[in-house]
Amino acid sequence: MAQKGIREFDAKRMLARFLPEYTSSVKYDGKIALVTPTTDFNQLAKDYPWLNSGKLVVKPDQLFGKRGKNNLLLIGADFQGAQKWINERMNKEVTIKQTTGTTTGVLTHFMIEPMVEHKDEYYVAIKSSRAGDTIYFSLQGGINVEENWDKVKELTVPVLESIDSQNLNHLVPSDLGSQKEAVIDFIKGLFKIYQKLNFSYLEINPFTVVQNNVVPLDTVAKLDDTGAFESSKDWGAIDFPPSFGMKTRPEEQVIKELDEKSGSSLKLTIINPEGRIWLMVAGGGASVIYADTVVDLGQMKELANYGEYSGNPTTDETQVYAETILEMMTRTKHPQGKALLIGGGIANFTDVAKTFTGINNVLRKYQAKLRDHNIKIYVRRGGPNYLEGLEKIKKLGEELNISIEVYGPETHMTKIVPLAVKALGLN
Amino acid sequence: MNNKPDYILFDKDTQAIIFNYQQNAIQRMLDFDHACARKTPSVASIVNPTGKAGFHKAYFGQKEILIPIYPTLKEASDNHPHADVVINFASFRSSYATSKEALENKNIRTVAIIAEGVPEARARELAEIAKLKKKWIIGPATVGGVVAGAFKIGNTAGTIDNIIESKLYKQGTVGFVSKSGGMSNEMYNIIARNTDGLYEGHAIGGDRYPGSTLIEHLLRMNKNPDIKMLVCLGEVGGEDEYQIIDAMKNGGITKPIVCWVTGTCASMFSSGVQFGHAGARADSNRETAKAKNEALKNAGAIVPNSFDDFGEKINDTWKKLNIKEKVVPAPKVTLDYNEAKALGMVRKSSNFICTISDDRGEEVTYNKMPLSKVINEGLGIGGVISLLWFKRQLPDYCHRFIEIILQVCADHGPAVSGAHNTAVTARAGKDLISSIVSGMLTIGPRFGGALDGAASDFSHALDSNMTPLEFVNSMKKKGDNIQGIGHRIKSVQNPDIRVTIIKEFARKHFPSCKLLDYALEVEKITTSKRNNLILNVDGCIGICFVDMMRSCGSFTLEEAKEYVDMGALNALFVLARTIGFTGHYLDQKRLKQPLYRHPWDDIAFL
Repeated sequence: MAQKGIREFDAKRMLARFLPEYTSSVKYDGKIALVTPTTDFNQLAKDYPWLNSGKLVVKPDQLFGKRGKNNLLLIGADFQGAQKWINERMNKEVTIKQTTGTTTGVLTHFMIEPMVEHKDEYYVAIKSSRAGDTIYFSLQGGINVEENWDKVKELTVPVLESIDSQNLNHLVPSDLGSQKEAVIDFIKGLFKIYQKLNFSYLEINPFTVVQNNVVPLDTVAKLDDTGAFESSKDWGAIDFPPSFGMKTRPEEQVIKELDEKSGSSLKLTIINPEGRIWLMVAGGGASVIYADTVVDLGQMKELANYGEYSGNPTTDETQVYAETILEMMTRTKHPQGKALLIGGGIANFTDVAKTFTGINNVLRKYQAKLRDHNIKIYVRRGGPNYLEGLEKIKKLGEELNISIEVYGPETHMTKIVPLAVKALGLN
Repeated sequence: MNNKPDYILFDKDTQAIIFNYQQNAIQRMLDFDHACARKTPSVASIVNPTGKAGFHKAYFGQKEILIPIYPTLKEASDNHPHADVVINFASFRSSYATSKEALENKNIRTVAIIAEGVPEARARELAEIAKLKKKWIIGPATVGGVVAGAFKIGNTAGTIDNIIESKLYKQGTVGFVSKSGGMSNEMYNIIARNTDGLYEGHAIGGDRYPGSTLIEHLLRMNKNPDIKMLVCLGEVGGEDEYQIIDAMKNGGITKPIVCWVTGTCASMFSSGVQFGHAGARADSNRETAKAKNEALKNAGAIVPNSFDDFGEKINDTWKKLNIKEKVVPAPKVTLDYNEAKALGMVRKSSNFICTISDDRGEEVTYNKMPLSKVINEGLGIGGVISLLWFKRQLPDYCHRFIEIILQVCADHGPAVSGAHNTAVTARAGKDLISSIVSGMLTIGPRFGGALDGAASDFSHALDSNMTPLEFVNSMKKKGDNIQGIGHRIKSVQNPDIRVTIIKEFARKHFPSCKLLDYALEVEKITTSKRNNLILNVDGCIGICFVDMMRSCGSFTLEEAKEYVDMGALNALFVLARTIGFTGHYLDQKRLKQPLYRHPWDDIAFL
């Protein structure tokens, strides 16, 4: 539930569909084709005849920019050349440099567009904030827009106000001459599409004007996915690709699928499978705080995972979640053992006794491994039926002869973090 | 709206309209009210947009009260103009429209929006409308907030024992605000343990554009003279915490403020991992938890080293204020029976006992055996009857014997009284149950009842060591027919095939057929008097069933007797014949048979 990046292909597809409706003169034809590992180039050429009638531009479409600077941009090739270029790169791992650092990932999606001969490169972006939606415009677009940020003009359209009541004259300078009207028309249309389709970020850098017709060359967009119930029809068939280089482990995938099927929330990210501190924390807020505390106590390299389960998960769901963690935890041994932190704040709705039933089943199943791997368990939780839940898990520890320390709301929520750190001999 | 100062959102007189029929949340609010010794319930009315006007019955302490329900917010508000809060439980789809309507209503001053997943653009519009109208939104995507000892939103603060434990029933001096609703109970707990308790606390929700912001609440709380210190739990992402710093610099915040921004671990995650809330994502170095914690500290806020010493810092700060804690004894809590039972605080003798089946678990059990096991082990109908009637699993041949009895007794043609009644009732246009029951009601001493009678008469004779002849003579003396002896048509020369089947099965499988042997001796005596005084099918079943129970090793002699006394044998007949009656009912319906009227010429009018 948040702002999510979409493919340039999808963003341009939406623009091509809606620009004619929301502008009086823009005739962007939206010639664009997406190539995936399963694409049949012959079929593609049938679907998009323009592929064989001119020079093309090819680039990866996987939510990362600076493609030119990373040598991942092919300009002016014919369709044959485009295929060859894509085939050489498809399913290959590349490392890209961005302002935020380097990322390694596998190339799986490419887009092909007709090459547009152009001279001018303009910049336009729309960004949302609490006050309104701000339009940024510059005549110095292209790869160096950041260096020329002082040339960028901006205009915020306050919430509840319409773009039609705004004066765009100071945003779009008169230097544009005859193109000015077309550009203003384009920006206004763009803004209306942005709002109608629940965009939360849209950047076209650059776009150009050819014979008074606007052509977007490079587009970055994010949608507010909570707007799906209003806009999914306008979005069409889109996917929200994972950010480039993000790899999902099979265990994370299991929990992801469990989460998608459930009314509860179940999240798991493995940070370091060799780490000695494992978290199984209830609640989104609390889970962040437990991970924080491990890091704040200087144990960043020992933090094995981040995740949370909340919203009153069923016994079965809790069981799968707990088992996934314990299975990973007991793959490799550490001479000084490991710690599992079953933490959480004071629940509002979640029946603590019920969730602990699922956890207890798994602890029982893994009892031999827990002893063998010298795993110490720390529990801290409150909420409905917490006394019963805590009592159960405490008794289980005694019965199975595994080390389980149990605390309730009388103990500070994160107290078990320093206890575990100390017991593992880490400080 | 009443004339309370701007900085007070809720007090002991505040009443709310609940949008959507949220019965648990309503009861939780009323329980809180009672714990706070409120004079009036905090819920004035309920809007149930999919229902009709009416009343909701709820507890206010031990008293039951009726809360009016209206189909529209307008009606609810027109009838309860003093209620200035709407707690909106509408879904993310309808949350925008309903919240907007609430904001535009002149009586409403505060709207709490509970729904998660309200589109960012809509949430932003609502926030702007609230700002223009000088109203408050709490949420979206929040559990709400609470003013200790006065008013709470919906499910805030959890169960009543947590409310007492966190001292929320009485007014403290700490103002708290956070984004996370999930952490609010925990924070109220931490504040209760380290200070004289909360004055008020709000979770504004973790969305990007909450309807009210951290700073707005902190500025409001700073103006309230009853609030002596502030606590804020921020999070990574956004610039909100910098507004706090600005306010500390420009005099908007003058009270001691203890702050912690969560998400210090966020730097470890590769970009793209959405952790925690929608708004919780640092887009720049300035928005990281580390940068914000440092900036807050530099501006003079009290910032712990980690969440671990947040409580201590709150405690240190509160101690410096030298406030004497007002002691208010914890209220007596009226718990719901179910809640109290879950807590092990009450017991009550039950009105019903059941020992044969249990559907409370994942799967129904028959005498503690899960249904899947019953099916997988092929216990059959005989096995199910053994489990549910006799509460035990019998040897397989017993299960089969029960099934043979059911097959043998399933029907005996349309002329017997039960089948006849069933058909007549069906033809009178009545339903299945009425028709079968009317047939069933004829079962008794003269029709079908011989199973029980034979079993008990013969076993009594055998158990009291009477010889077969003594038994026959004693019955003769009493002038009673021997139950289970005699047939209208069948005779020694023309044996009943059903009796043969039963006898042969018993001889083949039962370890002992003592009562059958005895009965056959009796039969020798009776048939010597009249050819048709044979052991009939009812008698044979009853007697063989006694042999089965007595010899299979699963019953004591007492148990075997008790089941006969309780009517278990009759039950076999009833169960079996229900199959036949159902058949006759369906047959009549299928044949579209008209109302049956008995012909006059078949009735002797005397």
